[in-house]
Amino acid sequence: MDPILSFRPLLAVMVSMLVIPVLISSGKKPNAREAWTFAAGLVKFGLIVSMLPAVLQGQEYLFTLSTPFPGVPIQLRVDALGMLFALVASFLWIFTSLYSIGYMRGLNEHGQTRFFVFFALALSSTIGVAFSANLFTLYLFYELLSLATYPLVTHHQDKKSKISGRRYLTFILGTSIGLVLPAMLICYHYAGTLDFTATGILSGQVPTPVLITLFFVFIFGFAKAAIMPFHSWLPAAMVAPTPVSALLHAVAVVKVGVFSIVRIVTGIYGVDLLSDLHIGPIAAGIAAITILAGSLIAMSQNELKRLLAFSTISQLSYIVLGVVLLSPKAMTGGIIHIAMHAFGKITLFFCAGAIMVATGKKYLSEMKGIGRRMPITMGAFFIGALSIIGVPPCGGFISKWYLALGTLQADQMPLLIVLLTSSLLNAIYFIPIVFKAFFVPETDALFNAKFQEAPLCCVIPLTITALISIWLFFYPQPFFDLARMAIN
Amino acid sequence: MSAHYPALIILIPLLAAFLNTAFVWLDKRLCYPTTVLGLGGSVYFCIRLLLKVVGNGTMAYHVGGWAPPMGIELRVDNLSALVLLLVSVIAFMNIIASRKSINEELTFKSGAFYTIYLLFVTGLLGVVATADLFNLYVLLEITSLSAYALLAMGNQDRAPLASLNYIFLGVVGASFYLLGVGYLYIMTGTLNMADVNSLLPGIAGSSAVMVAFVFCLVGIWIKMGLFPLHTWLPNAYSYAPVSSSRVIAPLMTKVMVYVMIRMMISVFGLDFVFEQISLEGWVVALASVAIISGAVMALAQKDLKKMLAYIIVCEIGYMVGGAWLGNSQGMTGAILHIVNDAIMTFALFLVLGNIVFTRKKTAIKDLRGIFSSMPWTMAGFILVGISIIGVPPTCGFFSKWYLLLGGIEAGASFFVFALVLSSLISAVLVFRVVETAFFSPEDGGHEHEKAALNEAPVSMLVPLGLTGVAIIAVGIWSGYIVQHIILPFIQQGIS
Repeated sequence: MDPILSFRPLLAVMVSMLVIPVLISSGKKPNAREAWTFAAGLVKFGLIVSMLPAVLQGQEYLFTLSTPFPGVPIQLRVDALGMLFALVASFLWIFTSLYSIGYMRGLNEHGQTRFFVFFALALSSTIGVAFSANLFTLYLFYELLSLATYPLVTHHQDKKSKISGRRYLTFILGTSIGLVLPAMLICYHYAGTLDFTATGILSGQVPTPVLITLFFVFIFGFAKAAIMPFHSWLPAAMVAPTPVSALLHAVAVVKVGVFSIVRIVTGIYGVDLLSDLHIGPIAAGIAAITILAGSLIAMSQNELKRLLAFSTISQLSYIVLGVVLLSPKAMTGGIIHIAMHAFGKITLFFCAGAIMVATGKKYLSEMKGIGRRMPITMGAFFIGALSIIGVPPCGGFISKWYLALGTLQADQMPLLIVLLTSSLLNAIYFIPIVFKAFFVPETDALFNAKFQEAPLCCVIPLTITALISIWLFFYPQPFFDLARMAIN
Repeated sequence: MSAHYPALIILIPLLAAFLNTAFVWLDKRLCYPTTVLGLGGSVYFCIRLLLKVVGNGTMAYHVGGWAPPMGIELRVDNLSALVLLLVSVIAFMNIIASRKSINEELTFKSGAFYTIYLLFVTGLLGVVATADLFNLYVLLEITSLSAYALLAMGNQDRAPLASLNYIFLGVVGASFYLLGVGYLYIMTGTLNMADVNSLLPGIAGSSAVMVAFVFCLVGIWIKMGLFPLHTWLPNAYSYAPVSSSRVIAPLMTKVMVYVMIRMMISVFGLDFVFEQISLEGWVVALASVAIISGAVMALAQKDLKKMLAYIIVCEIGYMVGGAWLGNSQGMTGAILHIVNDAIMTFALFLVLGNIVFTRKKTAIKDLRGIFSSMPWTMAGFILVGISIIGVPPTCGFFSKWYLLLGGIEAGASFFVFALVLSSLISAVLVFRVVETAFFSPEDGGHEHEKAALNEAPVSMLVPLGLTGVAIIAVGIWSGYIVQHIILPFIQQGIS
């Protein structure tokens, strides 16, 4: 089927970029500024949804901006995989914007205009990555995202955020320039194109040792996927305000990393070539190490956001593991996990931020008995945690179920054990938090008021994302269909 | 009329320069408008010329109606039309941006500045347009002499000394070039480039021709500041008044790279360069060393001006290396980088000029809190910065792409390594400045007071804004430049 030539993909990417001048000029009027952010978010989501029906029928949207290199245009293409990711990211941006209002105003943060401006820019780049038609366009938006998130990570402008920002850039820019860029050029040198195609572009073009090396260079080079040992920027990035950690460092940025890896596997190499090369199990092994190590390190954390960060590192590798296993069930599971983990983890981060706004606490040791103070927040936290552990009735169960089936389909029993162990570990670090929150008597000195929920702007989003996590268990259909289309 | 474009672009600024000499005595206020008009006219005809050349092919112009081997010929092909436009536009925008700073930096010398400035631009345009080897030397010396004067004009004590240093080395470079041309003249009896090119195949094996080539090359390298012949460059550029360095830094080195490529393709021919001389391995290695050492020395600087100067040293390595890779990708990268690097360097010096104008201090540690006082300037700096690092869609990425691809194709792994390493070092350079500028006053936290806005005047911000747009536009549509301007030129050179 011929793709539909349309401006819509470009608009969907650019909306949040175009709104930036308006955000800056209404910087003195916070309500107007936030209204514009919402408008942009709704329009963006609307545009993306408007392309959904056609994509579900197997159509694609295409937009070409220019052709800087022969065979390598700056081109946007909306396909099933990109649609899935764009839906999740743009939908959650709306709720994050609401949450940001509660959080930023609740804590009386400085530089709020800057915050909303770069948030919008980051969303533009995220959707750009989702809709990229070739590796070069993807790289373009990938880099833009790294730069756009730097001012968000370093928002507090103090010494700690300076050091974290430095680490953030070192890892993310260092790998993308030092590893991905040369690898991409070598691909282009051999194949003469960088388009994502169903069969891959490299088969028969490149000597096998180069193919194998390049694959691992790509896997580690997209350091946003936080595969060990290139993961330590993510805990460092937790100095950012919580909305940033919630949307960017649980959904947008990190998933751009795994999304890029998925594109490399499905679009550049192609499943057939990779299964001929027999490197899937090795890559899966690398992911498995990250899964276990991430979970283990998470257990030893006292700061809630750092715990969530290590949990994210571990969960991201689920997606990588699913995709490199190359069995259809595992790939479906991995791709759906992009969505399922997003809703679960963003809920958890929202809760962490709500606790911070309401009580100023960020360490687990200070959260005993907090469930009775903040029942809604901790209830949502419980649901989010269940989703991450992978317990029904939460969305996370669906993706983990498919991942588990996939390991069997690929005949990789050890990996099944890894998945189950990791779920157990997830339970070990999440359940005590909830238990202590509700059932351990609080220390009197910790809190003042009896009932102390965060502002409504914080509570509403986290309730909604928690409910959606449950809803996704019963109706995972749209994501499911998109994932199935993406791997066929 | 259109047949006279090649002469007009040079004559208009030259005449304006003469007019200015008179106006300095009559009424100084007339100098600035004359300069703007002279350069504006040049820009206009350069645009017309580029469109015409890309449409209809190379234009030749016989000065005074004397036919080529005897008379002087101006010859504008795709490459020279492109560089001519670049030179005239940057010179024009700089004079707009310099309006305020000239009055401040040069006070009573402003009349002289405008005159010499016009002569400098005339010389550069002439160097690019001429098709005569000796004429090129003459124009090059006009350019260099005016550059020495422009650089020495400032009120910084060390400027004259730095400029004197530049004169010594510049004269050595010019002599090398002249010697080379002399040898060529002895061997061929002609000075016209095309003529020399057609006569060379018969005597290509002669050692005199080889020596001529090497002499010309070394002369050009000294003038462009290729490592390790760059020693004059950092001081000359950093002690000069910004109004001068802002135009000399982006244009002088880039035009010299142009001359080198012109010599390689149009005078000696690529066959001669890569088959007879076959120094490419050495030159690419030298260029790679230039890239790395330029980047490392930039890293060692504590002053923004010096840092920018060493970034230029690093970028020269990009272009020389690309041109000598011996494949079409590398040459494309080198030529595209002439354009991109001129734009980027100009933008960097615009930023520098704004900072000098409002703050007077350029040490990196003095940039604290500059983000809140000069947000637009710093936004410009970040944009250029990511272009220097080579992040798409800024233009710096696109030439780096071709250079890297050429390096991979030629198997020059050291060059590829140097390019990647310098990108990483550039990232450190840029973000070191950003960190200082963004994270202060120290330990801000929540009780930030917004520093008072102290931005440069609009006449300095608008050129920066336009250059910023150019950085992105030239990047996104670099495919057009490569397809329609650069590749046809390279194919001409190969056949």
